[in-house]
Amino acid sequence: MFTPHSDYDVEVMLKSIGIEKLEDLFKEIPERFRFPGLNLPPRMTEMEASDELESIAASNGTTKDMLSFLGAGAYDHYIPAAVDMLLRRGEFYTAYTPYQPEISQGTLQAIFEYQSLICTLTGMDVSNASHYDGATAAAEAVILAWHHFRGKRGKVLVSRAVNPQYRQVIRTYMQATDNLTIAGDDAETGLDPNLDKFIAQIDNNTALVLVQYPDFFGRIVDYRPLIEAAHAQGALVAVAVNPTALGILTPPGEIGADIVVGEGQPLGIPLSFGGPYLGLFAVKEPLLRKIAGRIVGETVDVEGQLAYVLTLTAREQHIRRDKATSNICSNQGLMTLASAIYLTLLGKEGFRKLSNLCYQKAHYAAGEVSEVPGFSLAFPDQPFYHEFVVRAEQPVDEVLEHLRGHDILGGYDLGEDYPELKGCLLMAVTEKINKADIDYLKGALSEVDHD
Amino acid sequence: MLFPKDLKYQKTDEWVKVENGIATIGISDYAQDSLSDIVYVEFAVDPGDSVEAGANLATIESVKAAAEVLFPVSGTVLEINEGLADKPEILNSDPYGAAWLVKVKVADETELAGLLDSEAYEAYCQER
Amino acid sequence: MTEPTVFQLSSPGRHGFDVPASDVPDFTLPESFVRQDLPLPEMSELDVVRHFTHLSQKNYAIDLGFYPLGSCTMKYNPKINEVTSRLSGFANTHPLQPLDTVQGNLYLMYTLQEWLKEISGFAGVTLMPAAGAHGELTGMLIIQKYHKDRGDIKRKRILIPDSAHGTNPASSAMIGMEIVPLSSDARGNVDLEALKALCDENLAGLMLTNPNTLGLFDEHVEQVIQLVHAAGGLVYGDGANLNALLGIVRPGDLGFDVMHFNLHKTFSTPHGGGGPGSGPVAVCQKLVDFLPDPVISVVEAGTEEVAPLYGYAHPAKSIGRVKTYHGHFGMLVRAFTYIAMHGTDGLRDIAEKAVLNANYMMHRLKSTYTLSYDRTCMHEFVLEGVWKDLPGIHALDIAKRLMDYKFHPPTNYFPLIVHEALMIEPTETESLDTLDAFCDALLKIAEEARTQPELLHDAPHNTPVRRCDELKAAKDLVLCCYPLEELQK
Repeated sequence: MFTPHSDYDVEVMLKSIGIEKLEDLFKEIPERFRFPGLNLPPRMTEMEASDELESIAASNGTTKDMLSFLGAGAYDHYIPAAVDMLLRRGEFYTAYTPYQPEISQGTLQAIFEYQSLICTLTGMDVSNASHYDGATAAAEAVILAWHHFRGKRGKVLVSRAVNPQYRQVIRTYMQATDNLTIAGDDAETGLDPNLDKFIAQIDNNTALVLVQYPDFFGRIVDYRPLIEAAHAQGALVAVAVNPTALGILTPPGEIGADIVVGEGQPLGIPLSFGGPYLGLFAVKEPLLRKIAGRIVGETVDVEGQLAYVLTLTAREQHIRRDKATSNICSNQGLMTLASAIYLTLLGKEGFRKLSNLCYQKAHYAAGEVSEVPGFSLAFPDQPFYHEFVVRAEQPVDEVLEHLRGHDILGGYDLGEDYPELKGCLLMAVTEKINKADIDYLKGALSEVDHD
Repeated sequence: MLFPKDLKYQKTDEWVKVENGIATIGISDYAQDSLSDIVYVEFAVDPGDSVEAGANLATIESVKAAAEVLFPVSGTVLEINEGLADKPEILNSDPYGAAWLVKVKVADETELAGLLDSEAYEAYCQER
Repeated sequence: MTEPTVFQLSSPGRHGFDVPASDVPDFTLPESFVRQDLPLPEMSELDVVRHFTHLSQKNYAIDLGFYPLGSCTMKYNPKINEVTSRLSGFANTHPLQPLDTVQGNLYLMYTLQEWLKEISGFAGVTLMPAAGAHGELTGMLIIQKYHKDRGDIKRKRILIPDSAHGTNPASSAMIGMEIVPLSSDARGNVDLEALKALCDENLAGLMLTNPNTLGLFDEHVEQVIQLVHAAGGLVYGDGANLNALLGIVRPGDLGFDVMHFNLHKTFSTPHGGGGPGSGPVAVCQKLVDFLPDPVISVVEAGTEEVAPLYGYAHPAKSIGRVKTYHGHFGMLVRAFTYIAMHGTDGLRDIAEKAVLNANYMMHRLKSTYTLSYDRTCMHEFVLEGVWKDLPGIHALDIAKRLMDYKFHPPTNYFPLIVHEALMIEPTETESLDTLDAFCDALLKIAEEARTQPELLHDAPHNTPVRRCDELKAAKDLVLCCYPLEELQK
């Protein structure tokens, strides 16, 4: 397929090596296992493969042919044409990790700009060059805190209003760390946005407190009292963000967060059934040496010309090996470029406007939906960003089924993750949704049968 | 390469000087030379900690490498050299003087017998 | 020519992408949450496009030239992959959509799982891990939980060959395992005597890369695996070097218990300047229950008229979730396309040509450069970038000089067990002309090392920037563009 060798080439090469046939290269393979015939479909040409993949793709229903209010950690935003056009440049996407800075200045400067843009957005001092996604970034924050206190503080508090998948991933990562308890996200501590019961659990054995902003339910919470309480006990605070919200909301860096993590997918990255996405990770200066993952720094070359290089590499796995605090090697490379282009294209005014537009449309939708008999807002008095929780009298699966009949993906059923929110639906609204779409949703909901 | 005679050494490249039951510990000239330009020191202990010989004292990072510094003796940490935080490069320029790492109250002076003297350590460095 | 940063190119009031006007009434955000200042750059769309296009022109890439990077498998990234992964039917699906709306995606993932099982000889596969290192973490968690589940909690020791990639010990250390290095013998195999001495009731497992980072297939691989199994341990296979084995031998058949794949190496998904990768993990039958939750499965068997219904299964003793959603779906589509286009014969052809290319180069170079191990290599080989009689020349100098010849250097200073290592992996997509040109360059450089060493010491000369001051980068940390307000002064 992509092997260019002619028969003549192979002949020349075999002769140069001094062997008779290709099979002779594999004499060290145990004979009885050598050359297994693999049971795979016959090979296809590019044309046939293209047909096949198109057919598979066409069998899906998408956010293009259905009106979607699905959020819960991944959001359907418009991606400007210039983003993908630039990403398709072979110089970017077929490039390797920039270990040889002399021939990787494009990648390195793009990452440096990405780091700077994330710092600007989050109000933090230093960003790394990305983690895999929001959940693994959150897990790395927990690891950072654990090592920061050298294992002397054994508790990490995670709010129940943090994305359930993030909390699962944190527990997977930390399952082998004895002497560490992950707590605070039980039903008893609950979902109260004033956080009293949660804050009461912060003590001098707490290494890290993790909250989400806006939280998993779209609610905007004032974390200043929590941050104060945590710092009074010497604990670190990590805030998991939705970057779009930071266009209009006070960034966590300005209210005292020590670490910011988050999911960068909304910044110019397609939904793509869950990946590849972008793990944001930024810290305040005192924690800079503890950060995992690659970091790009500025320097000069031998002629005094400005240049960018990977720096602080002594922290990483290829040097520290078993003493590295993280094993991360590949990160999300091209996705950082996508988000840097996106943020630059939208710019100061555009990003603020976009962020605001999501806020406005979500509030209109929440108002309209709550006017429909049988539907109410679960947290009516809580400010929210672009997601909100709707309580339905009818079982949620029936509501969703009904909406499907109108080609609407109504949202995320919260009942499985949150028994206390059985009967509730999480709906997200982005700039792609029109007033007409929301009115259409309202019409469809009004038809839901209430006995 | 310098191997001051009044110090004791470990094969892991630390030096120790004991006076009145207090051990001052640092890294040798050989160590700083192998690491090359040192950019950061991260201490693994705080004053007041009890430590065992062989435990991790600090991690020293250079541009291309990182190395663990290990306690040659057991005892209680009295002081760590905070000055190194701003000027880690003095580990390269003055490893036996201004760039001492920690002072430890020695628990058991008999542990010192297992350490190398200047000649033995120098010989060891030459065959590496 | 330095390209300014986006912050330096910014000018107040400049205007890029147009956001549509609001078509809904106004709602006010509570004052206490309102962001005061958002100093993002302000540029026109044209200026943004020019800026990033300029940046791209400073990069080396596979589309421009040869990357003989050992253990990276920098093969051609087929353009068709970029088309199929972007199909609207894939790109516009939300990960939480109802099952019946994403049967295409689930079919693709299930089929890819089955193909990877077949290629590697294993019983179960997860597509969730985001990269090779992530796959290693997943695989090691599986091994750890397997022992714990059997009450065998004493087993904390992981043996790792001294030639291993740094992610191997890092992944094991992350989960609290005790790492014991394992030495190699004179022929580059695992030292059997050393291994025997470490096989006891504390052994959790061995992490083995085969072929290893020297490009050598372990001549005793079956015995190595049997020794570990006999002691009650499990064997993890680092699949970074799978390119040499496609259709040649299956790690599962050799006895490996778990392995990870690097789709961005073996299966042609692009490196993207450092990612995204994808690191699926395959396991033998007894480890299937420990896979991350969820895996893609058939929830309702198909009939002659009706296709199977695909959905999510929850392994009974799962280690848990290792990332959000299902994995790097966009990369899975690319790998699926690639495997579909190759089939059995095509995959074997990849391995044969990859190994042929490496051996050809090795033979052309071995009389000028010291070959650490004079054996048939697999898809890569290691040379020493030093000559005893030229003490001033190091592998780094050779690597930098290669850039003047318009080649990306091979991997240097890895594996750690070879002095001044240069690890070369051509891959199967390079033609004889390219291989010859690279070998010619290396031979010329060997000559230059003798006659004009300053050419090596000062290299590279013709690249966008020259050798960089990495000490300054580490000491005078500048990790962020200056704040906009400062720039505007």
